[in-house]
Amino acid sequence: MDREETLRSAIELPGKEEEFILRLFITGATPNSIRAVSNIKQICEQHLKGRYSLDIVDVYQQETCAEAEQLIALPLLIKKQPFPERRMVGDLSNTEKVLKGLGLTS
Amino acid sequence: MPPKSKKSSTLALLAKTPTGITGLDEITGGGLPAGRPSLICGDAGCGKTLLSLEFIIRGAMEFGEPGVFVAFEEKAEELAINVASLGFDLPKMQKDKLIRIDHVQIDRNEIEETGEYDLSGLFIRLDHAINAIGAKRVVLDTIENLFSGLNNQGILRAELRRLFGWLKGKGVTAIITGERGDGGLTRQGLEEYVSDCVILLDHRVTNQISTRLLRIVKYRGSLHGTNEYPFLIDEEGISVLPVTSLLLESEVSSQRVSSGIPALDKMLGGKGFFRGSSILVSGTAGTGKTSVAAFFANESCLRKEKCIYFAFEESPQQIIRNMKSIGGDLKTHIDNGLLEMHASRPTLYGLEMHLVAIHKKIKKFKPKTVILDPITNLVTVGSVSEVKSMLIRLIDFLQAEQITVLFTALSLNTNVSEQTDEGVSSLVDAWLQVRDIESNGERNRGLYIMKSRGMKHSNQVREFVITDEGLDLVDVYLGTDGVLIGSAREAQQLTEATGQALRTHAVGQKDIEIQRKRKVLEAKIASLHEEFDSMQDLLNKSYIEEELRKEIMEKNREQMIKNRLSKNADHGKSK
Repeated sequence: MDREETLRSAIELPGKEEEFILRLFITGATPNSIRAVSNIKQICEQHLKGRYSLDIVDVYQQETCAEAEQLIALPLLIKKQPFPERRMVGDLSNTEKVLKGLGLTS
Repeated sequence: MPPKSKKSSTLALLAKTPTGITGLDEITGGGLPAGRPSLICGDAGCGKTLLSLEFIIRGAMEFGEPGVFVAFEEKAEELAINVASLGFDLPKMQKDKLIRIDHVQIDRNEIEETGEYDLSGLFIRLDHAINAIGAKRVVLDTIENLFSGLNNQGILRAELRRLFGWLKGKGVTAIITGERGDGGLTRQGLEEYVSDCVILLDHRVTNQISTRLLRIVKYRGSLHGTNEYPFLIDEEGISVLPVTSLLLESEVSSQRVSSGIPALDKMLGGKGFFRGSSILVSGTAGTGKTSVAAFFANESCLRKEKCIYFAFEESPQQIIRNMKSIGGDLKTHIDNGLLEMHASRPTLYGLEMHLVAIHKKIKKFKPKTVILDPITNLVTVGSVSEVKSMLIRLIDFLQAEQITVLFTALSLNTNVSEQTDEGVSSLVDAWLQVRDIESNGERNRGLYIMKSRGMKHSNQVREFVITDEGLDLVDVYLGTDGVLIGSAREAQQLTEATGQALRTHAVGQKDIEIQRKRKVLEAKIASLHEEFDSMQDLLNKSYIEEELRKEIMEKNREQMIKNRLSKNADHGKSK
């Protein structure tokens, strides 16, 4: 993302047409992980149908990414796009907070 | 150390991981509990990060135990710069897979909490880091930062408990650092979770001089020193100085060393001080304490034994010049490499720094004799009790190394005080007191031996004289007029000498008289003898005459009788 684009996206509110790139980090099949996956899927289907890409990463499978992505608390949802990047920890059961984090409500 | 002596027993004792930090292993009896987490807490800037980082670095360098450093506060590059000044090459050690630094960044602004979570991310990172280099040591610095990044205290506490349990399960020796909080050891009460070993660091400033202190609050399953131990951060890292070694069991020598003043040796049973003993020379200003010290140093060098002279009042040049005037040549010893002189103002740094500086110089030069002149000035940088504790530690150290030490101390009051101002008189083995004695309008020096452990010593006051040829002790004059010293003593000695001469003369005269009398008497006796002889002769003469007469008469009578008898016979025959 070059500087100009960054600035533009920072100023503009996420429009209807904007593509969401989400990445969810989970830890195997723990209750928190399972809940987080189902919660995010539900939210995405409800609010971002057709314009999102969700990448689910099992940290146990990819240990190196833990350090690279500064993971501490899990599950963690990172909104890579649209800018600004947001991080949400927890099982995403608080839908209101998740939507706020995604920038879908203010 | 007590734990070591117990090693012979068959009971399994707590295994310990040496930290490699000077002094810390000594007071913990071998190091931190192996395979368990320890807590190091303290205020900001008291050295928690450095101590834990040194634990990791020394572990990797000296004990072959790789370590993971999880930094919640500083980045790897910052840490590398911080310890570069201590001579540790962190990037290289990271490359050699001896150390792994993981910077954990946690920013509240970026994080939204949307439900239940745990700290698996941290666990996975740690696990990965530990496995990647086969780490035996782990540091979490400062884990409390998690509390500022995450809101759910309940989760955090449960997760921390799980983390410490997990670390134990991993078998790594861990250090967790924590900021000191109000009322508790740490702000978040970490001491509840880490219950095996808690070390508290403190940083105190008194009289504008700061002292860092370390205390072991608890150490489960092990003996440990419970005092506050001062520690230092210098160019070689952290060094903790035990206030005193826990036991008094240093070797002793019965070898004697000369004090450099023959007359003083004579007062000390004729041989001088014990090797490895501590000697205190106290006295008022200008009584020649430095001279005594310098002569002791001089004597040590003459025996070809190394000596270090720590001067806190005069510069080395000054001392050399002054000693030259009284016949001590220190310059030659310095040139021969037998004598080292170090001069510094006491206010240059704190007591601990002084102690460490002294320690280091002694370790490097390996002297047989050490001189501190004077210790009094150290009080300007610390309280009396601090100076005392510093000197105890110094004496302990020197005794263990079999180094003879001589302190000089200025006593302010002129009467013979029972205690010196530093309160060290009870610690030292020998105590000399040099004192001004004022009488007849002049001041003279008197020297006493207040104590000298383990040897017969003189209880006399000696006059201490400084001449061009050196130092000497003279017997004071004890007469009917009291103790006489200085010119009074000399005058008295002169008077005595005069009296002696006169007396000798008088005695001579009398002898002659007696001689004469004897001669007269003898003459008289001779004449009387003659008289007696002549009288005797006279008496003898009449006696002999008498005898002779008697004899002759007897003869005549016999003759006559004979004659008569023969006549009668003739007559009878004829009948």
